[in-house]
Amino acid sequence: MGIVKTVEDLNKIRNSIKEKNKKLFSKNGNAKLIDIKIGMATCGIASGAKGVMDFLIEELPKRNINAKVKQTGCMGYCYAEPTIAITLPNQNPIVFGYVDLKKADEIIEKFIKKGELVDGIIPINYELAT
Amino acid sequence: MSSKYKKSLLVCNGSSCQKAMNIDLVQHINDKLKEYGLDNEINAILSVCFNKCSIGPNIIVHPDNVEYSTVTKDDIDDIIIEHLLNNRIVDRLVYNEINEISGTSKKQYRIVLRNCGFIDPENIEDYIELKGYDALAKCLTEYTPVETIQEIIKSGLRGRGGGGFSTGLKWEITSKSEADQKYVVCNADEGDPGAFMDRSVLEGDPHSVIEAMAICGYAIGANKGIVYIRAEYPLAIKRLKIAIDQAREYGLIGKKIFGTDFNFEIELKYGAGAFVCGEETALIQSMEGLRGEPTLKPPFPSVSGYLGKPTNVNNVETFANIPAIINKGSEWFSSIGTEKSKGTKVFALAGKINNVGLIEVPMGTTLREVIYDIGGGIVNDKKFKAAQTGGPSGGCLTEKDLDLPIDFDSLSAAGSMMGSGGMIIMDEDDCMVAMARFYLEFTVEESCGKCAPCRIGNKRLHEMLIKLCDDKGTLEDIDLLRNLSVVVKDTSLCGLGQTSPNPILSTMKNFYDEYHAHVVDHKCPSGQCTSFLKYYIDREHCIGCLVCARNCPTNAIFGEKKKLHIINHEICIKCGICMDKCKFDAVYLN
Ligand SMILES: Cc1cc2nc3c(=O)[nH]c(=O)nc-3n(C[C@H](O)[C@H](O)[C@H](O)COP(=O)(O)O)c2cc1C
Ligand code: SF4
Ligand code: SF4
Ligand code: FES
Repeated sequence: MGIVKTVEDLNKIRNSIKEKNKKLFSKNGNAKLIDIKIGMATCGIASGAKGVMDFLIEELPKRNINAKVKQTGCMGYCYAEPTIAITLPNQNPIVFGYVDLKKADEIIEKFIKKGELVDGIIPINYELAT
Repeated sequence: MSSKYKKSLLVCNGSSCQKAMNIDLVQHINDKLKEYGLDNEINAILSVCFNKCSIGPNIIVHPDNVEYSTVTKDDIDDIIIEHLLNNRIVDRLVYNEINEISGTSKKQYRIVLRNCGFIDPENIEDYIELKGYDALAKCLTEYTPVETIQEIIKSGLRGRGGGGFSTGLKWEITSKSEADQKYVVCNADEGDPGAFMDRSVLEGDPHSVIEAMAICGYAIGANKGIVYIRAEYPLAIKRLKIAIDQAREYGLIGKKIFGTDFNFEIELKYGAGAFVCGEETALIQSMEGLRGEPTLKPPFPSVSGYLGKPTNVNNVETFANIPAIINKGSEWFSSIGTEKSKGTKVFALAGKINNVGLIEVPMGTTLREVIYDIGGGIVNDKKFKAAQTGGPSGGCLTEKDLDLPIDFDSLSAAGSMMGSGGMIIMDEDDCMVAMARFYLEFTVEESCGKCAPCRIGNKRLHEMLIKLCDDKGTLEDIDLLRNLSVVVKDTSLCGLGQTSPNPILSTMKNFYDEYHAHVVDHKCPSGQCTSFLKYYIDREHCIGCLVCARNCPTNAIFGEKKKLHIINHEICIKCGICMDKCKFDAVYLN
C-alpha cells in the first residue's frame, strides 16, 4: 500500500480495507472467517489473556475452524478479564467474560461450532459514539 | 452454523442481581421451558452484569435484545407465554428510561474509548477503517488553524488531566505566542495511584492520540510532538512506537501531510514515574534532562515551555477526544454533558466495588448511577461510605453526594475534584483517618523537596496521622493537623503541595466524628486501625497453663496455675507472642 499523499489516497486505502474485510468475514465472502478479538491490554494480559490467545491460535486450525484471532485493547470489563469478542459471519459480536482455557474450549465447541450461547456473556452496556 | 436454540434468555449473574433474585433463576427458567416443551429451542444462561443493577434482577432475551428488569420467579410464565410464544413484549417489566444526557438507555457513552477493544492497536489499518485520520485530513484541507481552534473552543472540551482548563483556549494562547519553534506535548505520566485511564487509551487506541497531536500541531503552529510517558508502561510504549512508525510509513505524520505544507514529527520521552513529573512545568524540566521539579507559573508553558519555546501540554484523554470532535462537530460534542462540562469522563473504578474497571460516562451522570448501576454496587452488599476522586489531590464524596451530577464544578463545590479519573470506593470497614494517612504517605514519598512547606509540612502531617491511627493522638493534634494543612496548601509552590492536604481536610469535614473517636474514645469506629485492638484471654478456653505469662516479654500477664489469666493493658506492648504461644486458642484480639 502506498503512502498517503492526498485525502483521496486515505479514502482509497479505507475502501480497500473494507473491501478486503468484506471478503474475509461476510457470509457471502469467500473466506467467511470468524472474527475473534481478545482484550490484550495490561489488565487482560495480567489475567491470562495471552494464554487464551495462544490456545485459540493453536486449537482453531486443529478443529477446522477458520478464524482471524486478533488482539485489541481494554474493553473496560477489568472485573471479567480475560474477555473475548466473537463475530460469526453476518452476526452481531458477542462478548464473553472470564474466559479461561476451559471456557475457551466450551466457546469453540458450543458457540463457534453450534452457535449456542454459553454462560459468561457480557451484554453491551454502553452506547458508542461512531 | 445456526444454533438449535432460536432464542436464549441471558440471566444476569452480577452479584447485585443474584442477590436480588435469591433463587437459581436459570434453573427455574430452564425447568419452565421444559414444562412448555420449549427446552429444545430456547435456553437460559448466565451473563455478566448489564449495568442496570439498581433495577435488577435483569434478563435479556437474545437475539430480540429486549431487557426485562425486576424479574421475579413469578414473572417467568408471563415472559414465556407472552414473549416467547406470542411475540408480545411484556411491557410492565421493561424499564427503558432514556438517559437525557446521552439520549440512550445506556448509562455509559464511549467517545474516548470508542475504539478500545475494537481495533488491533498494532495495526493502523484497523484505525483507518474506523474513520482514522479523517479528522486530521479535514483540518488540514478544510479548516484554517484558527477555525480548528474555534471548533475546539466551541466544543467546550476541558482538560482531562485534572485542571479542567479549556482546551481550545489553551491552544489559542499557544498559537498566539510568537516563536520560531513550538511544541505539542502529550502528558502520559499518569501518576495518580489506582488510575489507568491513559494507559488503556494508549494501549488500545494509540493512533487517536497521534492524530490529535498532529491536529494540535497544525492549530498552534508546531511541527514537533513529544509524548512524555512513564517508563513503567512498557506495553503502552511499545504500541505507541509501533503506531508512530506506521503513521510515518503511511505518510500520516512526517513531511507534507496530505500534500499540504504541514510537517509533523512525534517522539517519546520517558519519565521515571515520579508523581510530580505529571505537573506540566516539572514535566518540561524532566524532558530537558533536569531534575523533575516544578517552576513558578507564570510563565505558563504555552508562552515559555520546553527549551523556552511555547509548548502546549495536554493529557492523553483530552487528546483522544479531539478526532471525534472534529469528525462529528463541536455542536454534537457540546450537546453531551452539563452546562459547563461537556462530553464524557473516563473513570477507573477501584476499591470496594463489584465491577472494578474502566468506565466512560457523560458528564452529569450521578455518583449513584456510577456505583449502583455501572459499578454493580458495593462488595458484599456493605454500606457505601465514601468515594475518593482526584487521587491524592482530591477529596471524598459521601452519601449526601450520591445524587450529585458529576462534573468539574459540582465536584469542586462538594469539596473534591474531578482529577484525572481515579475513583476509589470505600465502605463501612474503611477508616477515613487511615485513608488520609495512606495518601499523605504517598505525597511524602512523591514530594520533590524543592519547597519547605511541602517537603517538611507533609511529613509532619503524615506523622500526626500515624499518631492518630496508633492510638497516640490528642485533640490538639487534630487542631494542628487542620491548621498545618491550610498552611501547606497556601504556601506550597506547585499543585502537588497545594492539594496534598485535601484528603485530610475533606475527611475531617465529612467524618470529624471518626477523628474524634480516635483520640477521645480511643476507638477506630470502622475497626481498620489495628492499634486500637487489645489482647484478651478468653475465660472459656484458658486452662491456666502459664505458657503465655512465661513468654510475655513485659510480664503483662497475671494468673495462677490452673486459673484464668488476665492481661494488664497498661503494660502489654501488643507483641502478640501470647497469642502465638497459647495452645488452647484462648488469646484473642478485640
Ligand atoms: C502534582 C501534579 C501531578 C499531575 N499529574 C498529571 C498527570 O499524571 N497527567 C496529566 O495529564 N496531568 C497531570 N497534572 C496536570 C498537568 O499539570 C497539566 O495541567 C495537564 O497535563 C494539562 O493537560 P489538560 O489541560 O489536557 O488536562 C498534574 C498536576 C499536578 C499538580
Ligand atoms: S509543592 Fe512539593 S512537589 Fe511542588 S515544588 Fe514544592 S516540594 Fe516540590
Ligand atoms: S501481647 Fe505480648 S506483651 Fe501483650 S500480653 Fe501478650 S505476650 Fe504480653
Ligand atoms: S445488572 Fe445485574 S448485577 Fe448489574
